[in-house]
Amino acid sequence: MEDKKLSIYIHIPFCAAKCLYCDFLSFQGAEQYFERYKNALIREIESFKNPEKYNVCTIFFGGGTPSVFPPEFFYEICNALYKKFNISSDLELSVEANPGTLSEDILNNFMLCGVNRLSIGAQSFDDKILKIIGRIHTSSVFFKSFELIRRKGFDNVNIDLMFSLPFQSLSCWESTLKTAVELEPEHISAYSLIIEENTPIYGLYKNGSLDLPDERTDREMYYAAKDILKSSGYEHYEISNFAKEGFRSKHNTVYWKREEYIGFGLGAASFLNGFRFKNTDNMELYLDGCAYEQIEKIKDRDAYSEFIFLGLRMMEGISISEFENCFGISIFENYSSQIENLIKQGLLVMDKDRLYLTERGIDVSNSVFVEFL
Amino acid sequence: MSSERQSKIRNFSIIAHIDHGKSTLADRLIQKSGLLTEREMQDQILDNMELERERGITIKAQAVRLIYKNKDGEEYTLNLIDTPGHVDFNYEVSRSLAACDGAVLVVDAAQGVEAQTLANVYLAFDNDLEVLPVINKIDLPSAEPDRVKKEIEDVIGLDAQNAPLISAKADINIEEVFDRIISDIPAPEGDEKAPLKALIFDSFYDSYKGVIVFMRIFDGTVKKGDKIRFMATKKEFEVVEVGVFGPGTFIPSDDLKAGDVGYLTASIKNVRDTRIGDTVTTVNNPVKEPLAGYKKVNSMVYCGIFPADGSKYQDLRDALEKLQLNDAALKFDAETSAALGFGFRCGFLGLLHLEIIQERLEREYNLDLITTAPSVIYKIYLTNGEVMELSNPNDMPDPTTILKMEEPIVKAEIILPSEYIGSIMELCQQRRGEYVGMEYIEQTRAVLTYNMPLNEIIYDFFDVLKSRSRGYASFDYELKGYSPSKLVKLDMMVNREAVDALSFIVHESSAVERGRKMAEKLKKEIPRHLFEIPIQAAIGNKIIARETVSAMRKDVLAKCYGGDITRKKKLLEKQKEGKKRMRQIGSVELPQSAFMSVLKLDEE
Repeated sequence: MEDKKLSIYIHIPFCAAKCLYCDFLSFQGAEQYFERYKNALIREIESFKNPEKYNVCTIFFGGGTPSVFPPEFFYEICNALYKKFNISSDLELSVEANPGTLSEDILNNFMLCGVNRLSIGAQSFDDKILKIIGRIHTSSVFFKSFELIRRKGFDNVNIDLMFSLPFQSLSCWESTLKTAVELEPEHISAYSLIIEENTPIYGLYKNGSLDLPDERTDREMYYAAKDILKSSGYEHYEISNFAKEGFRSKHNTVYWKREEYIGFGLGAASFLNGFRFKNTDNMELYLDGCAYEQIEKIKDRDAYSEFIFLGLRMMEGISISEFENCFGISIFENYSSQIENLIKQGLLVMDKDRLYLTERGIDVSNSVFVEFL
Repeated sequence: MSSERQSKIRNFSIIAHIDHGKSTLADRLIQKSGLLTEREMQDQILDNMELERERGITIKAQAVRLIYKNKDGEEYTLNLIDTPGHVDFNYEVSRSLAACDGAVLVVDAAQGVEAQTLANVYLAFDNDLEVLPVINKIDLPSAEPDRVKKEIEDVIGLDAQNAPLISAKADINIEEVFDRIISDIPAPEGDEKAPLKALIFDSFYDSYKGVIVFMRIFDGTVKKGDKIRFMATKKEFEVVEVGVFGPGTFIPSDDLKAGDVGYLTASIKNVRDTRIGDTVTTVNNPVKEPLAGYKKVNSMVYCGIFPADGSKYQDLRDALEKLQLNDAALKFDAETSAALGFGFRCGFLGLLHLEIIQERLEREYNLDLITTAPSVIYKIYLTNGEVMELSNPNDMPDPTTILKMEEPIVKAEIILPSEYIGSIMELCQQRRGEYVGMEYIEQTRAVLTYNMPLNEIIYDFFDVLKSRSRGYASFDYELKGYSPSKLVKLDMMVNREAVDALSFIVHESSAVERGRKMAEKLKKEIPRHLFEIPIQAAIGNKIIARETVSAMRKDVLAKCYGGDITRKKKLLEKQKEGKKRMRQIGSVELPQSAFMSVLKLDEE
């Protein structure tokens, strides 16, 4: 029997400091949990059923900030994964890291553990803005970290950038982009700031003390990212992601293509055998070995819409024949009028076997996706 | 002359301006008459509908029989007939009073005489009632009983020197109210052997007994088995049960005789057969002339009521039918709107009546409603000689076929502290009011009288009046008649399509202003779409105001929340859910709040 492809996500819910805009599941100053958390993670990994059926192609350590986790614990977790699973020879093992949390020891340990892709949260190179959004590093710290990463031989590196930040002008964003390009990372993600409720920045936003770029500027910033990055040899392959040839994120592509993955750790999400499930986000419960909290069997109709709204995030869009192979039903069976309307409105393009978003379609992609629910 | 039996009966009402303590006094009288134990005593027993209690007003007249023993040990039957306190229910108040021989006028010792005090006293005088003034809330630190006595004498012309000074809430001096009811209010008269002549002052639908008719017997006797006739509706029934009103219950009795207040049931299925003000007589020995008084109640205010969820249309119909069983003044007819789907055009006695019905539908029947702007009834004289009554703006005929239009005018009386006179006069002028006069009640309070178009009152006049006078102005109105007016139909167009549910009729002079405000309000209410949406106010083909909802530039989630696709899906589902609740006008989705927001234009 041929092995099924599987991806693994490991959640490390710890940070040196929480950024003001962050609504991810993460805690600062929670060192007392590190060891118990590591043990709970290993226990969860070890209890995975039928690992022999799978061949693991990507592993992603996300957070939080996995680079704050003690190197020996990180090593133990990797060890547990390697013991448990068949690992593909071209494994992509990514770790999210923040400048300022990266030491020579940590990077050596990553190398030892087989980490071959790093994703670094730079967000901005403007120290004033970094401070406002609650980042603990400065641009010079970032440059040092990046130099160290390169020196250690990491040759697949992503830089995370953010735009639409408070007090950020278009030209400020353009110079951030140019600086990033000069560093020649293999991959760049450019995210527009989302003000989420229940974050400290939301309070500032509500009381009007944030000078945020308006929508028009937000879009100009997005277009600037596309122009500058494309002209510097980066392919725009997903709404917020750009890569040099051969360096797309394999792990994230799994999400967009609705391939299977298992998430280990607090609040981690999984998609396996047609089910989506999610671990508890209650730390005490998790440490006590209580894992699943939500489980949802994906019905056909939901599967169709997931296929579409995830796939359309990619610039190459979705394949009409792939949809039919996947579900045994033509995409036009359910969505012909939506597709027709969206094409008429200039939001969607049909090009032979492919459907993809236009530039305007990307700007209002949620409105497009809603049509397919 | 009263018979011995009748000399021990008193039939009376309590009348008051809202919040002066009418219901509290009623409760206290019931409690003092010893018919109720403490346990049975709910806070305000006469207001038994949840809604009434919350709004602090009594909607439907009800009655209760009290048994009172005076100091000499003589037992009296006191029939307390409760009246609605608001002008919208003027007709019901008037019928309730017609069933009485006297009225206790409650006046707040701090507030003094107010607009509805006057309106209610005039109604009592119209019914030739003995009015017994009582000054309530004398325990308040701000009480000024002497000032209020003088006000009652100056403004109403009633001798108030001996008015009992009481506090219904604090149970002060209630005995005196009983004694004065017995001494001041005349006993009923009437011949119990004469043909039956009884006045219906209320009715109530009970799912077991059918309609329960509340009445005052003026002549004759009625008992079980009698064949009776309602003289206005000409419907005949056989009496199943007669009785009197216990506290919160019906107590059957053998018969009801001249002077009594009580009820009858006769397997009556429809409240409309038992109109308030009608006369009940017997089929075999009918009275020749009915009591003066039955008049058909006319709706003054109309609006469209639609279920927010179109599939609830039948539920809305059922709810309206049920409400109508107990409220013959409520009218409704099916209406179809392009924007809002199937609903009803409903007629009301006034604005308060409208609000109460709307709240009862939402609260008691759990319906989510969209109501359109209230309208009055306009008279339209057509060039072909016909006259039509218009209560729905969308039925407005082509202006070229209209000779002239008339709108209803009310006489509005506003009682207010003198410091607000300037501001309220300005308001009345803005609303096309015609100044009639001003009188001082005392040095610091005045009555302002204006003739005003009703359509200027039904939007938000009361709200604005209250806010401009910091809540101190009280207001009452009565229909005066119709007068010619230059009226136009204003249409709101969204993305170049007229939205029928937003059309309304307005005076030519305020059309531009109102159109502009509506366009501004709609601009705020309509979410941005993927395309630009013009909002226009138009009279016929002429655009008088325009706003634009710009196209949405951005609706994108940068992040995909890692592998948590469910979270992303939920966000999209929420967005879709929001869309589903919208009303589709061409390719534009209008939130339900857009229809409601334009009802209150002067809020800011």
